[in-house]
Amino acid sequence: MKGFGKYAIWAYSIMAFVFLLIPIVYTIVFSFNDSRRTNIIWNGFTFENWLTVCEAQGVCQAFGNSLLIGVAATLLATTLGTMIAIALVRYRFRFRSTTTLLIFLPMATPEVVLGAGLAAQFLQAGVPKGIGTVILAHTLFCLSFVVVTVRSRVLGLNPALEEAGRDLYGSPFQVFWRITFPMLLPGIVAAALLSFALSFDDFIITNFNRGADVTFPSYIYTAAARGIPAEANVIASAVFFLAIAIVLVAQLSAAARRRKLAKA
Amino acid sequence: MAFTAFSGPATAAAEPAARRRSPIALFLLLPGIFYLVLFFVTPLISLVITSLQAPDPLIFGQYVNAFNWQNYVTVLETYWPQAIRSGGYAALATLFALLIGFPLAYFIGITLRPYPLIQSLALVLVIAPFFISFLLRTLAWKQIFSTEGPVVGLLSAIGAMPAGSSITGTDFAVVFGLTYNFIPFMVLPIYATLVSLDLRLLEASNDLYGSPATTFRTVTLPLSAAGVMSGTLLTFIPAAGDYINASREFLGSTETTMIGNVIEANFLVLQNFPAAAALSLILMAFILVLVAAYVKRSGTEDLL
Repeated sequence: MKGFGKYAIWAYSIMAFVFLLIPIVYTIVFSFNDSRRTNIIWNGFTFENWLTVCEAQGVCQAFGNSLLIGVAATLLATTLGTMIAIALVRYRFRFRSTTTLLIFLPMATPEVVLGAGLAAQFLQAGVPKGIGTVILAHTLFCLSFVVVTVRSRVLGLNPALEEAGRDLYGSPFQVFWRITFPMLLPGIVAAALLSFALSFDDFIITNFNRGADVTFPSYIYTAAARGIPAEANVIASAVFFLAIAIVLVAQLSAAARRRKLAKA
Repeated sequence: MAFTAFSGPATAAAEPAARRRSPIALFLLLPGIFYLVLFFVTPLISLVITSLQAPDPLIFGQYVNAFNWQNYVTVLETYWPQAIRSGGYAALATLFALLIGFPLAYFIGITLRPYPLIQSLALVLVIAPFFISFLLRTLAWKQIFSTEGPVVGLLSAIGAMPAGSSITGTDFAVVFGLTYNFIPFMVLPIYATLVSLDLRLLEASNDLYGSPATTFRTVTLPLSAAGVMSGTLLTFIPAAGDYINASREFLGSTETTMIGNVIEANFLVLQNFPAAAALSLILMAFILVLVAAYVKRSGTEDLL
């Protein structure tokens, strides 16, 4: 019985992994499709799409906008969120539970509500919608995720190290930049990567606040009605390979470090 | 990690006791809090104001501030089928995600524990879908399920389906898409609780003649309840508000419209802002009641 259960969970999990990977493989395979007008039916293998990515109308422009928005929103959200995370763990202040609620609520709000709310506000305030409003919107929904991610890192920090720094006559500024910040860095980097991923792939909030500007997901949404060019698959696949490479390197180097620590 | 956001108690224990009062706290908090007030709280107030607006008597298509609470009644009367459908789809998708996600999380967190390298690679596979465009993934399923696609071809070849029929545009396709898209949100929090589960507890249960089923029911499940809770919320919330899967260009049809589609259409196409705002607030109220009930049941006061 026990042996059977073990095989069953292996088989079930492998099926689940295959299920998760099917659309990814499909998207990557169709980036090599020798498609003429629509990229729906397999027409034969070609590298052409990869070599002439930017020739499809507007794909690269949309991709560039998404990169710009992702970087700007990540910088803003990571800065503001890290500051809040440190304050939440290290300091006592009034309205603590109100603050926590304020950070929690955006994560519990459906995207369509966040998007419509911001759009209603920009409409009432007469702010023209475009890349700027999308950056403001993305910063908002990334902020809470940054706070949660960095906060868990601050919680794991040993305050004795900072105390040692202070005992050795380090100024608060020196203690922060030489001790606290380097130790928080893995958490901050993780939060920044998460923010960028959330921003880069966001469609719903973006669609309510983008005006006439086009991001990569909104490009795909508009193109879906008349057929996605294979070049969109090329960009998505390239981003996928890059992201997987970053994650694998991070995971493997963490595993190597653990092994080294275990040996020592 | 962000994925344990809703699980509360696990992190609450680690809170350091000695917190200081300092003006630095204010300096650290104010910019972010100001941002949240400006771009989260005031938009919600904007939504409330917009939801109560009445049509301008002079200019067609314009709205003026009013106290027209009748808007809420109208949208509920008009769109109750879509609202109920959204809840139903999201509940089904959450259930299927749990049925697929729990064994997967168990496999990665417990079965693969002796093999740390494979374990971390398996975790990468779970988050891999995040790295490729959400819309392209959904379109991939649309093409796989399309009339010319392999699934219909296979099913009609064995006579399970009339040739030329389509799977896209059905309830099944939309729930399938929602399930697929939000599975990682289910797996990650459950994995986070299972990965730190003490295996000796399972052995102890086994030694005490607990059958595998009893062990699962009385040891594994209670110890991973926090993860199941947060996974359920993290799946249900985005699924209930989603409008990509149910959209006509993706896996849905006019028969599968969800509340997200209605909000989008009213806001961006019909420009009926009060209706869109009223529906958004109804959706948010519904989700918040659900979250509050969950948080209360799990007995946590620390939300993050």
